[in-house]
Amino acid sequence: MLPPVPLSWYLILSAILFALGVAGFLYRKSIITVFMSIELMLNAVNLSFVAFSYEYRRIDGHIYSFFVMVVAAAEAAVGLAIILTVFKNRGTLQIDEVDSMKL
Amino acid sequence: MDTVLFIIFAVVAIVCGFNLIFQKHPISSALSLIGVMSSLAVLYLLLGAEFIAMAQMIVYGGAVMVLFIFVIMLLNAGTEKASSKSWFAQFAGLPLLCLFVAVLAFLIRAALPALPDVRFGRWFGGTAENIGKMLFTQYLLPFEVISILILIAILGAVVLARKEID
Amino acid sequence: MTLWLIPFFPLIGFLLNGLFGKRLSKSVVNLIAIGSVAVSFLYVAALLFKLSPLTTAYSEHYFTWIQSGFLQIGFDLFVDRLTAVMLLIVTGVGLLIHIYSIGYMAHEGGYYRFFSYLNLFMFFMLLLVLSSNLLIMFVGWEGVGLCSYLLVGFYFTEDYATNAGNKAFIVNRIGDFGFSLGIFLTVITFKTLDFEKIAAGVANMPVETTAGVLTAITLLLFVGATGKSAQIPLYVWLPDAMAGPTPVSALIHAATMVTAGVYMIARVSFLYDHAPHAMNVVALIGLLTAVFAATIGVTQNDIKKVFAYSTVSQLGYMFLGVGVGAYSAGIFHLMTHAFFKALLFLGAGSIIHRLSGEQDLRHMGGLRKAMPITFYTLGVASLAISGFPGFSGFFSKDAILSAVYAHSPWMFWIGVFTAGLTAFYVFRAYFLAFFGNYRGHHHPHESPAVMTVPLIVLAVLAAGGGFINVPAWLSTVFPLAEHANASAMIISASFGILGIVIAWFLYVARPAMAESLKTAAGPLYTLIANKYYVDELYTGFIVKPLEGISRFVLWRGVDEGLIDGALVNGLGRTVRGWGGLLRRLQSGSIRNYAAWVFAGSLLVIVVLGLAGGFR
Repeated sequence: MLPPVPLSWYLILSAILFALGVAGFLYRKSIITVFMSIELMLNAVNLSFVAFSYEYRRIDGHIYSFFVMVVAAAEAAVGLAIILTVFKNRGTLQIDEVDSMKL
Repeated sequence: MDTVLFIIFAVVAIVCGFNLIFQKHPISSALSLIGVMSSLAVLYLLLGAEFIAMAQMIVYGGAVMVLFIFVIMLLNAGTEKASSKSWFAQFAGLPLLCLFVAVLAFLIRAALPALPDVRFGRWFGGTAENIGKMLFTQYLLPFEVISILILIAILGAVVLARKEID
Repeated sequence: MTLWLIPFFPLIGFLLNGLFGKRLSKSVVNLIAIGSVAVSFLYVAALLFKLSPLTTAYSEHYFTWIQSGFLQIGFDLFVDRLTAVMLLIVTGVGLLIHIYSIGYMAHEGGYYRFFSYLNLFMFFMLLLVLSSNLLIMFVGWEGVGLCSYLLVGFYFTEDYATNAGNKAFIVNRIGDFGFSLGIFLTVITFKTLDFEKIAAGVANMPVETTAGVLTAITLLLFVGATGKSAQIPLYVWLPDAMAGPTPVSALIHAATMVTAGVYMIARVSFLYDHAPHAMNVVALIGLLTAVFAATIGVTQNDIKKVFAYSTVSQLGYMFLGVGVGAYSAGIFHLMTHAFFKALLFLGAGSIIHRLSGEQDLRHMGGLRKAMPITFYTLGVASLAISGFPGFSGFFSKDAILSAVYAHSPWMFWIGVFTAGLTAFYVFRAYFLAFFGNYRGHHHPHESPAVMTVPLIVLAVLAAGGGFINVPAWLSTVFPLAEHANASAMIISASFGILGIVIAWFLYVARPAMAESLKTAAGPLYTLIANKYYVDELYTGFIVKPLEGISRFVLWRGVDEGLIDGALVNGLGRTVRGWGGLLRRLQSGSIRNYAAWVFAGSLLVIVVLGLAGGFR
């Protein structure tokens, strides 16, 4: 029989996924891919919430996770609408080229 | 049994995550993301969060990712071109990330109190009934506010994306 | 009976002429200027008549000027017999010169400015003379230096005039620095600057046989006197100051300002009595200056320069007198010198005015028929300065030489030799100007009455002034120690007459001999004619290094390099540099911003983790 998984592994997994999300955010150039990395980050945080909720045997973590999901959905909707607008105005999906706020 | 499941689906999640970063085409990245979300849903089930797992699949996998794929196909996003404008992100990103993971790992192992093992079946408290109870009593205000937030998001998305794209 | 009115009238004259003179007519300007000095003179006469016999001093206190710790300096004015002599000289001779200036400056520009400066000078000089403490005297001292600068540089469009004004002021300043140090030392030693209080304080101190604080004070004050009264080493400004109009030379550089040094030493004679070493220094420098300047005077060709060096030489005589303790003799000579030197300068001015600015003796000659009044009055002055028996200079110079003989015989012989030289060069100038044939290009004739009347008045004073027994009258202030030495009288008079005879011989009877003597002397003549190259020495050793330091160290190094470069511009550059660096944060690139946010949040995590502690 394999030994049971300690909870800390779940948390470390969450950390790794979050780091991957950040890496995607920093290294990818297409806006849509950047958005997907953001979603990945949010998912990693959800995992962390649920893991802690398991530890303390309380349901509050699930509630928070639920709210995060809702907000992530709303954000995805609005964010994609913004991407559409930016694409309309700039004609590009590379975030490096949207830099008119540069000094 | 749970250990095996955990290891399999953790690995799947991590591999899909790496795939998300390294794929050139957005569609491939989107599919990788769906993979990540599904694995996470299984992990939620292992942790006894059945409602959340279902919500994850329905909301994320069914709605958000579909939306993403719609937009990718609508904008005809192709493969990315190379650019070197953001030098700081490219140079400092990797060291920072490694540092980040190391710090978090250290904190988790050293600073948190002793965490219990995870066994499937130890806790079944994540039922829809429990969540519903909390949601409509203790977290009523956030619930209502979230509803208004969704409403605003809908309106915002409609206004922003109003005109036709040729 | 208010003493402050004496300097007040010239001050009013200065203000009125200075502020409104441009719009007033010449006669009104004259009225204000001459009137203020005349009123001052009459007031002095009335005051002295009222205060006679003035055996004790009379002082008036007006208000406390400085009150700081133990130091209390009041604005006080003070009259005793010494002050009375000075007051009469300053206002009387000053009045005559003011009247003369109406004629001399008639065709010059800046007419009202000239008279306002003259009045300002009178104000400061009277303040100096009337002061009852060292600080008021210093105010007057500085003020006359300022007026000297303003008046020497009167023709300010000419380079040589402004340079001369600068030189006068700067060299004076060096002396004034010594004077200030003397004042500071006096404050430390006596806790007061009041003359009467210092006299009371010093009476309890022993006579210093070695160098002590009193010697230091007196020597420092004497440094100031060398600057103001043109002694070695700070005499160099006086010959250059001849760039100013001739009445200025007469008033400031003959009769009044340059005598301030002698007056100062006489005023604080109680200090000098207690410091014999300082007195020796004073006498020695006075003697050295007298003979030094006399030798230069022999070779000069500009009539004003001859008289300028003569002034330096005669001032040396005065310092010699006070240096050997004969204060009243020194003041006596001061008075007679005021008469005949002012007369000499005014007479020279009369010649220069009529010759339209010609000052070179080689272009004059035979003027005795064209300008008779000037001829006779200048003759009287020359006889007086040579110590011809009966004239004023004879009595005063003799008083000094008798005292010197009693003090140290070798000084006496040098002094007598200098008297002979004095007679020689003065009569050289006189004969070159008035005898022989006219060597110039103009048509000279006598000056107007407004110029000749003061000449006549001064001639009367120069001739008969010796009979005013000033030393006896001053005996209440300075105990009369010396008495006339008959053999000394005869010796000095004979040297004077010898000088006159030699001058007659060389310049009237055998003019060619003067030329051959000059070429025979050769290098010695060149050395003396170039004033012993003292000015060049000063320029080379003092002025040029100072200029070099100012230019390279202070200007290029400190001002441009340090203050402009490092501090002001450097600050600007630093800010710009940092701004340029910080600007790059706003790159407009979202990914960079995200990376920065990530780095920041990582930092926060680490800090929180550390704060939370590790178990």
